[in-house]
Amino acid sequence: MQNQQLKQAVEALLFVAEHPLSEAQLLEYFTNESISRKQLKDILTELQKDYQERGVQLIRVASGYRFQTRAELGGIISRLWQEKPPRYSQAMLETLALIAYRQPITRGDIEDIRGVSVSSQIMKTLQERGWVKVVGHREVPGRPQLYATTAEFLDYFSLSDLSELPAIPEPAEKASNTGQTITAETATNESHAHE
Amino acid sequence: MSTAESAPQQHSLPLGFVRGEPVIDKPEDLYIPPDALELILESFSGPMDLLLYLIRRQKMEIVDLPILPITKQYMEYVDMMKDLKLELAADYLVMAAMLAEIKSRMLLPRPPADDDEEDDPRAELVRRLQEYEAIRQGAQHLDELPQTGRDNFIGHAQTDAQQWVEQQLPEVALADLALAFSQALAQAKLQNHHQVQREKLSTRERMSRILDLLQHQQRLRFADLFDPKEGRPGVVVSFLAILELVKEALVEVVQVDAFSEIHVMQREPIYAESTT
Repeated sequence: MQNQQLKQAVEALLFVAEHPLSEAQLLEYFTNESISRKQLKDILTELQKDYQERGVQLIRVASGYRFQTRAELGGIISRLWQEKPPRYSQAMLETLALIAYRQPITRGDIEDIRGVSVSSQIMKTLQERGWVKVVGHREVPGRPQLYATTAEFLDYFSLSDLSELPAIPEPAEKASNTGQTITAETATNESHAHE
Repeated sequence: MSTAESAPQQHSLPLGFVRGEPVIDKPEDLYIPPDALELILESFSGPMDLLLYLIRRQKMEIVDLPILPITKQYMEYVDMMKDLKLELAADYLVMAAMLAEIKSRMLLPRPPADDDEEDDPRAELVRRLQEYEAIRQGAQHLDELPQTGRDNFIGHAQTDAQQWVEQQLPEVALADLALAFSQALAQAKLQNHHQVQREKLSTRERMSRILDLLQHQQRLRFADLFDPKEGRPGVVVSFLAILELVKEALVEVVQVDAFSEIHVMQREPIYAESTT
């Protein structure tokens, strides 16, 4: 198959597929044509470039490649529908951010950082949306559940993996439980900290 | 107001007028009407959020945490919260207690330490505030990311290919069925010489057996349903069973091409048919 034809085929496949298609899935459709992964990757990159300036873009998310409308057009496109898209509360976003950035994490950890008890409603919503799941238990008394984000979470935010999350400052050296340890930073600042 | 309007404005526009005097600078601390307070308090997502707000309002760094004024202001807010929404105040009270503890520990004269590094009672709170601020930033990042259904919408073309791709199996003519039956009979005839004494074969039992076979295998070859060893009565019972099953719409008899192998298939449930 010619490269041009191949590109058309990949484009068409992604166009009609009901779910995102991963590279591995796409390769399966071309077993007869014996295409290398590199070849497919180049085609996908080329296609993504072709669509760069269009209203519809080819995006790579966690579960594969998919076509979606440009993010800037959200306001206009949502005029098609009556309902307003959901807005998430600050509490929900913070909880989700904690799980996304600090996973795997327990409810207790979330409560420690946010200073409020974790709302069961929020955890339920996050799990029902398929963004968050239990990935195990921390081996401490009570064996609390450890939460992590899912591929659906990445898909929803048009990310292909967690490393694409915008960076936030890393947590400072964790103080011991009694809070007796101090970091050099706080020690040096002490002199002008007194009121 | 009219006099002020007529006066030429040489410098920056005043924000407003208080007793006829133009106010140019923003007041340091805006007055918040009591009614609006509830709204503001609800906008904090927790004690850490409130604490961070108080520190930022003082234009201070977290590491410089001015414990005394912050505790004072914090308590004012908590007192107001207690009046407005008691259950909300519980989490805030924990923080209030923590602030009070830190304050008291800072007031106490510290025993001469063995080494130079002294314990800062604020260290733990500072660490938590820093981490909370980072997470709040993360939450903001998440909110700013394009969200499916808010900013971008997934699109894929609707194609009716599915409907055409699915194989349309031809109906089997009765003559073909009879032909196949006669073939089965002929097969049985070949085995005629050893007659097996069997119990009377039940058609219904044979029907169940065929259905059971179809549970494991979606389609069965018509010929396989006949065991020549069973002789003529066995073949007839099998044939009757198949006819009965077809009549009761439990199985489907299909043939891909003329004269090709006839298959017996499990019939799709009615609701599945209507959706495809």
